[in-house]
Amino acid sequence: METKQDNGAVERIEQEINDHPVVLFMKGTPIFPQCGFSAMVVQVLTHLGVKFKSVDVLNEPPIREGIKQYSEWPTIPQLYVSGEFVGGSDIVREMYESGELAELFENKGIELEEA
Amino acid sequence: MSMDAAEIEHLIREAIPDAQVRIEDLRGDGDHYAAYVTSQSFKGKSRVQQHQLVYQALKGAMGGQLHALALQTSVPEDS
Repeated sequence: METKQDNGAVERIEQEINDHPVVLFMKGTPIFPQCGFSAMVVQVLTHLGVKFKSVDVLNEPPIREGIKQYSEWPTIPQLYVSGEFVGGSDIVREMYESGELAELFENKGIELEEA
Repeated sequence: MSMDAAEIEHLIREAIPDAQVRIEDLRGDGDHYAAYVTSQSFKGKSRVQQHQLVYQALKGAMGGQLHALALQTSVPEDS
């Protein structure tokens, strides 16, 4: 079995998270999220007024698997800020509720447009 | 394709012996649980690292056999 990670996926992932300050790997799109957990993270980012690049992993099976190995995190959605893995829906929600998420964006110089 | 609460608790305890574990069955369908895990071993670790410890304990069930596990980890108060 080919256990070596699919380099195409790793390259694509790294290109996305380095080209965009905020990247959300999700199921579906912000307009049509296909999973409640992905939808919740979209809502949090929208409410904070953060621009983000979304990647629909349902359209790209290699990314869907590759991202889990890349971050050693078994589920989707996955949020990346300034190239670093921040968390899945639980952690994003916890950070949002405690104010840590807004703080993280400010520390990274990412603009928040009040919704 | 599902897991029962006792199985989840057992796997977590096996990997994190001192863990206090509480599992809530959110929908009664064996597929959507919430887990509250408290352990000394989380001390000094980021949330991502704490959650990864729990996912590793579940030996790959997470995201496969177990579709949804709302996870909340914490360090015991007195530490």
